[in-house]
Amino acid sequence: MSWELFRGASELAARAEEIYRDYRLTAVREWKKTSSGPAIGYMPIYVPRELLHAQGALSVGILGGGDDLEIIRGDAFYQSYICHIPRSTIELGLNGSLDCLDGMLFPAICDVIRNLSGIWRMQFPDKLVRYLDVPQNFDRDLGGAFYRRELEELSRELVEHRGKPYGENALRRSIATFNENRGVVRDLYALRRKEPWKVPTSELYCALRASLVVPVEESTPMLRRYLHLAEGASDRSPMDQARVVFTGSFCEQPPLGLIKSLERAGCYIVEDDFLQIHRFLRHDVSLEGDPLDNLVNAFLEDAIASPTRYIDRDEKGRDLLERVKTSGAEGVLFGAPSFCDPALLDQPMVVKALEREGVPWTAFKYSENGGQFQVIREQAGTFADSIKLWSES
Amino acid sequence: MTESPRREAQKDTSQLRQKEMLAEHFGRLARAEETGEKSAYTFVPGNLTELIRSFDLLPVLPEINALQSGMRGKSREYIAVAERLGHSEDVCTYVKSDIGMMKSGNVGPTGERLPSPSVLLLSYTGCFTFLKWFELLKEEYHCPIVMLHVPYQGDGKVTESMRTYVVDQLRRKVIPVLEEVSGRAYDEDRLKEALSLSAKAEDDLVWVLESAKNRPSPIDAYFGGVYYIGPMFSAFRGTEAAVEYYQSLRSEVEQRIAEGRGPLTPDGELENERYRVVVEGPPNWTSFREFWKMFADEGAVVVASTYTKVGGVYDTGFRHDPRHPLETLADYCMGCYTNLSLPQRVAMLARYVTDYRADGFLINSVKSCNSFSAGQLHILREVENRVGRPGGFIESDLVDPRYFSASNIKNRLESYFQMIEQKRSAGVGA
Repeated sequence: MSWELFRGASELAARAEEIYRDYRLTAVREWKKTSSGPAIGYMPIYVPRELLHAQGALSVGILGGGDDLEIIRGDAFYQSYICHIPRSTIELGLNGSLDCLDGMLFPAICDVIRNLSGIWRMQFPDKLVRYLDVPQNFDRDLGGAFYRRELEELSRELVEHRGKPYGENALRRSIATFNENRGVVRDLYALRRKEPWKVPTSELYCALRASLVVPVEESTPMLRRYLHLAEGASDRSPMDQARVVFTGSFCEQPPLGLIKSLERAGCYIVEDDFLQIHRFLRHDVSLEGDPLDNLVNAFLEDAIASPTRYIDRDEKGRDLLERVKTSGAEGVLFGAPSFCDPALLDQPMVVKALEREGVPWTAFKYSENGGQFQVIREQAGTFADSIKLWSES
Repeated sequence: MTESPRREAQKDTSQLRQKEMLAEHFGRLARAEETGEKSAYTFVPGNLTELIRSFDLLPVLPEINALQSGMRGKSREYIAVAERLGHSEDVCTYVKSDIGMMKSGNVGPTGERLPSPSVLLLSYTGCFTFLKWFELLKEEYHCPIVMLHVPYQGDGKVTESMRTYVVDQLRRKVIPVLEEVSGRAYDEDRLKEALSLSAKAEDDLVWVLESAKNRPSPIDAYFGGVYYIGPMFSAFRGTEAAVEYYQSLRSEVEQRIAEGRGPLTPDGELENERYRVVVEGPPNWTSFREFWKMFADEGAVVVASTYTKVGGVYDTGFRHDPRHPLETLADYCMGCYTNLSLPQRVAMLARYVTDYRADGFLINSVKSCNSFSAGQLHILREVENRVGRPGGFIESDLVDPRYFSASNIKNRLESYFQMIEQKRSAGVGA
């Protein structure tokens, strides 16, 4: 698709929304018509897409079924006290939406996603199914060595599923390709921090989410075009909104309607946890030396402080405080999916850090298929109003 | 069976002995500040008791404290304390009970105050929540913390890469911290000696658990089983006391088999074994006795359970091996039940139903524990398909009494046992 044809940021975001809401993954099916490699789905939060790309695979972000997927069989797999994303993902698997995928990766996020990998293995025995056990020890010679062996194993499995053999130069090129992609995402986040009225999060979200189902070669021009159109959107003027960080939503994604509701309630979301894979690594991955080691070291040493990563040396919440500061946020919205262990167990510790620094916050829970936002909208509106009152005083 | 739920629970000699062992252990912990003994807070699945004790550190297990708080009727208030501090109603109630207990003076199961930890030893086995739990404790205690990341058996096996990772962490991370905290050098001979004792006790534990293959079963391998695993899964693995306990328990069970007796329940001996079932999932602790009685009143005996494998799977042949001390600890950690993949769990349950000639299996799905619960409905169908015997599903929680609905569970159990009767009439069953 030629993204240059789009003349407005909203128009491009609308097309991106169509792409990500297309649960039949037409974009992936189209890619497969001209490619011999496998399409490999992955769950949030992080997988080394560069390695898949280098071996000729298309990595496809599977982030649940959202708010417009009817759950027919998925609920038969999960009790009411388990979050929503595994049931909608199973639904997508069983209703044939994911037939075009040759495999699925389940990164170590929590016990629910971990166990989903086992269900997947039993339901789809002919596909590549891998639980990607990322290390919680971040020493290069301990966790790093283990993670490298995990990636080598993944690489071998890709070859068994029509992937190309591993090659250092190919991986180096793929790292460069994704560095470029990450660079545009960083630029978009920088623009949103600077002029959030030009980059509504509800639009940015669509562009970033569509990026996870199209090839990176298409994603980068799309994001670049959106950046260009947003930068030039002179018809978008600043409004009297409160600048907030939205945190807690790194796995099951909030419905788009919820993001829109928060914006309408008077919040500029200037920092968030959505679709974290785009920003999981803070900087470009080095192109010098052994590229697989570089991927490993980036994971160990350059990743964000996700609640899915063990933190013992650093103070809990320091990263969030830093993000509040860098983004110029005036408050924090904790929005976690119901029954999300990593987010909800983290929250009391992070709240403590915010309170020590006097950063206002409020919290709510959501489900990816929630449709009623009135209560959250009122809560966020009151929060935004109170921030504005405080800042005036 | 006599119906007198309020009377004092009947106990085996082994249970009384275990009570003494626990009292002595908690007594030492209570006196630790005056005696100078140091403690390591750690977890049951993947516990490194032999290693901890080789440094003369006393293990403290927060999940055991939480379940004891549940059994003593204290968890409701502890959970409320934690929720008032901002902990979500959605998350693990073991964590909240522990946090609440700590905030209420850290009084342990025997009514004595527990010492603050000298070290937090996070062996992260089979449960993601452990990781967050110790991040929370780290905020409260200013002591060294060391983590052992134990890889999950996603592919249904332990690979050399996984073993190397765990052994390297033990050697280069865990042991140096324990040396520093305890002031003692790592003594491999001492560790090996303890591991030999572990293997002896493990032999007897397996024998006891497998005694349920007899008809009638001399034990209840779930409700009774949680007592049998007590010393092994808590602070005593690798000690002479544990070896003696399991020898004596085995003798007791041998005697029951010789006399053709069924298991002892808190309300008396179960005399008429009508149903043999396998149970998956942890028990509810706040209404433990009432829960057990629902089974016993129906003449139902649990002949095998997965919960009794949460602190180690021994009935597939694993024993701690003193010849390879760190490797064996690694294999132990990676082999605990909740570190197994779902296909492995399905296979284990199916094997239990067959090997123990069970009429069916029940899943007690607890709200708190995603490690156990996520996927159990799938397990239910898979096991039913494989063994052709009925599965039942009940829901409760570990230590939050708000999630134990006695009438609901009783109704489901009664329906389940009726279903077994119907299957029997139709000629299906063990």
